[in-house]
Amino acid sequence: MKRLIDTLIEQLIKMSGAVTEITVLLIIVFLFKEGAGLFNASEVEKGYTVLVHSENTVERLSPKELKEVFDGNIENWEKLGGKDEAIRIFRFDEIFSIYTEDELGKDYVLLPEKLEEVISADPTIIAYIPQKYLPTNLQGIKELAKMNISLTDFYIGKEWIPTATPAPLFGILPLLLGTLLVSFIAILIAIPLGVGVAIYLAEIANERVRKLLKPAIELLAGIPSVVYGFFGLVVIAPIIQKIGGLDLGETAFAGSLVLAIMALPTIISIAEDAMRTIPKAMRDASLALGATKWQTIYKVIIPFASSGIAAAVVLGIGRAIGETMAVLMVTGNAAVIPNSIFESVRTIPATIAAELGEAPGGGAHYQALFMLGCVLFIITLIISIVAEVISSRKIIKE
Amino acid sequence: MMQTKKIQEQIAFTVFRLLGFLVLGVLLWILGFIVYNGISVISWEFIFSAPTDGMTGGGIFPAIVGTFYLIIGSTLFAFPLGIMSAIYTVEYTKNNWLTKCIRIMTNNLASIPSIVFGLFGMTLFVNTLGFGDSIIAGSLTLGLLILPVVIRTTEEALKAVPKTYRLGSTALGANKIQTIKRVVLPTAFPNIITGLILSIGRVSGETAPILFTVAAYFLPKLPHSIFDQVMALPYHLYVLATSGTDIEAARPIAYGTALVLIFIVLLMNSLAVIIKKRFEKNK
Repeated sequence: MKRLIDTLIEQLIKMSGAVTEITVLLIIVFLFKEGAGLFNASEVEKGYTVLVHSENTVERLSPKELKEVFDGNIENWEKLGGKDEAIRIFRFDEIFSIYTEDELGKDYVLLPEKLEEVISADPTIIAYIPQKYLPTNLQGIKELAKMNISLTDFYIGKEWIPTATPAPLFGILPLLLGTLLVSFIAILIAIPLGVGVAIYLAEIANERVRKLLKPAIELLAGIPSVVYGFFGLVVIAPIIQKIGGLDLGETAFAGSLVLAIMALPTIISIAEDAMRTIPKAMRDASLALGATKWQTIYKVIIPFASSGIAAAVVLGIGRAIGETMAVLMVTGNAAVIPNSIFESVRTIPATIAAELGEAPGGGAHYQALFMLGCVLFIITLIISIVAEVISSRKIIKE
Repeated sequence: MMQTKKIQEQIAFTVFRLLGFLVLGVLLWILGFIVYNGISVISWEFIFSAPTDGMTGGGIFPAIVGTFYLIIGSTLFAFPLGIMSAIYTVEYTKNNWLTKCIRIMTNNLASIPSIVFGLFGMTLFVNTLGFGDSIIAGSLTLGLLILPVVIRTTEEALKAVPKTYRLGSTALGANKIQTIKRVVLPTAFPNIITGLILSIGRVSGETAPILFTVAAYFLPKLPHSIFDQVMALPYHLYVLATSGTDIEAARPIAYGTALVLIFIVLLMNSLAVIIKKRFEKNK
């Protein structure tokens, strides 16, 4: 009996060895499955269609063009490759101001007919209507060919307007640049601080100071990100607002400051570990040659630990890029390409956190958010591989 | 010549010392700020009653209970799995491509942003497996999040057990699993438990993974089954700070919630330190 249990446990142990592989695999499969749906999704919102007069020579419009038309920025068909005629925008609601409820019949059975009448009467019209009211015989009407959202729309699109009708725009450039900007500034702040403290802890501080600082840094790592966000929101953002004389303190810079604090423990502990692994003989040799302690640090210790320090920095960047809640709370979340660090930005993780709750399941917006998740996953994957490569690199040269 | 070298050293060391204390200062600033503003809110009533008046009054009991359930759920899932996985890599495999692969995967899993875990938990547990927004979906998501932490700390703990212990046990006729159960695990226990406690601190503070898997915006009643939604402390703080009905009026409660959250993390950290110290003394 006892032996049976032991064998059982042994088998369980062997099986659970694969758990991380399975998890990573599952994450990849599920994330990409949902995300890839975006590129099969139609540019027009699900359940809707765009109609024009059958004599119109325009066959298809890109999401961007559709948006410009319905925003009133493009007013002539000529710009879209059609005839030189002013565009008349017809939104579905207008049907109710043309016809009375009675004319549309019970449960709007006559609505498709009336739509047909209206659209076929005007060669300059572009109408945005629900699919279910699509007229049965498309006489004098044609449906604009639906285009799928393309990879280029997604990856180099400059606008992220996921709720625009009829064609939402899913360009991740503003989000990507926002993420990189916030993380980059954060790391610029955190590197000198983090490496400095690591040097202090590893080489200079006495035992008593170390015993005070080490737990403090562990604690700094333990504080939940939402608390950092809260602190950033009520303390750091107002300070930035006051000092910079800004309208709003919730800026990229506020996000960077909070992220810098959050990335510090990662950088400090990894860089310190790297310095501690340096053989004592190296230090002694340097000191024996008459170098001061400081000279030893910057001529021997830092070069020797450089790959460890680099790994620490890379992992710190990873931590900053993936951070969600704190950034969501302090950066102001405007999805536009930032011009300065004192403007509101929106990062990729913050976008997912803020918008997924409102995006209807299975829709293009939902899928676009999962695609953002994939992008984030790939970025952090690359970062962790780079860190691994750097820290395993042999640094002892002849 | 000697003089300038000394002066340079003095300047550099002073700068580093200042940096060290700057970091300490930042920590004290954050803690002090939260404690100073939050302490006046804390009372028995605050801890043990539900939110009222559009979350501008009352307490945070449902959120505390919710976080408690999530801690239990995620640890029940992640601890056994993580510990066994670590035992496998340290005790059973040679240093080959498989262990290397597992280590790389564990590292990658650890570097995946928490919001991605949230997305994943939402598709797999909430939608595909049909758990809905529930304690079980949230617990599993959080469990996956701390899995790499558990695996890594357990691995470190197991590696710290001297090889002679294992050889001694084997020499006495014990087989592998007996050696692990009777010799390796008890010796590594203090270090393992320290890692586990730290991961509890992590679970209690994570917000992004529970946003779409379990957290309820406002739910004054307590859950009845693992398929119910719950409120959770970190999400509650987020809601209070950014999107409540009256943000200004909810501020004191937000400070109180932040304080409770930090208290839990502090408690876990000090518990971990104490346990480690105690076991080290007994050795």
